[in-house]
Amino acid sequence: MSKKQIETLVGLFVLLGILAIVLLALKAANLASFSFNATYPLLARFDNVGGLKVSAPVKSAGVKVGRIASITFDNKTFQGVVTMDIEREYQFPTDTSAKILTAGLLGDQYVGLEPGAEDKNLQPGDSIKMVQSAVVLENLIGQFLYNKAAEPPTKEGSAQK
Amino acid sequence: MSEFLASLGRRALGILATLGHATALFVDLVRNCPQSLRRPYLTTAQVHAIGNRSLIIIAASGATVGLVLALQGYITLSRYGAAESLGLLVALALVREMGPVVTALLYAGRAGTSLTAEIGLMKAGEQLAAMEMMAVDPRVRVLAPRFLAGIISMPLLGAIFSAVGVLAAYVVGVLMIGIDSGAFWSQMQDGVDVVKDIGNGVVKTIVFGIASTFIALYIGYESEATPEGVAQATTQTVVVSSLSVLSLDFILTALMFSTP
Repeated sequence: MSKKQIETLVGLFVLLGILAIVLLALKAANLASFSFNATYPLLARFDNVGGLKVSAPVKSAGVKVGRIASITFDNKTFQGVVTMDIEREYQFPTDTSAKILTAGLLGDQYVGLEPGAEDKNLQPGDSIKMVQSAVVLENLIGQFLYNKAAEPPTKEGSAQK
Repeated sequence: MSEFLASLGRRALGILATLGHATALFVDLVRNCPQSLRRPYLTTAQVHAIGNRSLIIIAASGATVGLVLALQGYITLSRYGAAESLGLLVALALVREMGPVVTALLYAGRAGTSLTAEIGLMKAGEQLAAMEMMAVDPRVRVLAPRFLAGIISMPLLGAIFSAVGVLAAYVVGVLMIGIDSGAFWSQMQDGVDVVKDIGNGVVKTIVFGIASTFIALYIGYESEATPEGVAQATTQTVVVSSLSVLSLDFILTALMFSTP
């Protein structure tokens, strides 16, 4: 085989290898869905962020409009401060509310935005005023048990005893 | 008793000497790489011998591993009603573990042995000594291009293995079993991270490439210059590189993936 032929074959091999990496990155991983769109930050203060994680989606009406950029703890108000990067093409009115929701019964948590009716839009860096914290299952069960214990026993209940 | 102590000491010193020789050769090779790059054709020819010629066995094994993983994974996943996650299972298994490790094991058998045998025979035929006589450093001329070619070829072969495996899993999962094609890909894309999974997989293949190519070169270079010596060295290459790839894989996995 001549030198030229060998070099061509090696070139083909290298090209094939790079194609394989590109295929894996684009088709098997989520590189293609990375949005390079310009974003703007919005803040929200939650009493409890639950299991929310950085880079979890921010959705409105079920459609992804941004990602969680950072989650920090405010030592003055003792609240979790969640910074969201919202894509620039989506604008929300100032009375938008934010909730921490769970995808399905056991799914990951995400932030849901519910737009209000104001004419003015939220500006970059604004805080969302109306928030609803994550539902913590232990608290919910604890509350339920507490309420159950506080109820006066009903007639059927006492009859069963 | 003193005989036993002496043999123990001799063995320990022998191991230390081997490690020392290997380290010295490794440092030498790394230092010689830029010099051997002045003649890139030497490396290109070796990439052809190591990489191109291993392509068929790597692609065929990748396809088989992908097919089998998809079939076996489907049986377990469908029991829990999670058959759509088949793509994710196969992709993660291939990209993180199976791709790098199986490629490295095949590479040790296919390319490592031929490197050892070639260099061992060159040594037995006194070609290396002849080069030294002509003031050509065989480490620059013979060893370094093969070392570089191994480092270049391994990541490419590993990526081809994983990509072929994922495509084979697609054939089994979507075309044969009938999992929804959209769910197959979107579950995979949701769970596979470019840097954490694919990047770490590529790092693994580079490390394995360095390790198994170097072991093959070292054992060939230090082999006894007899037919039996070359035969022994070839066997040793397969054993030593396979074991070091497996133990390196454990260490790398513990470093990369120990946190979920």
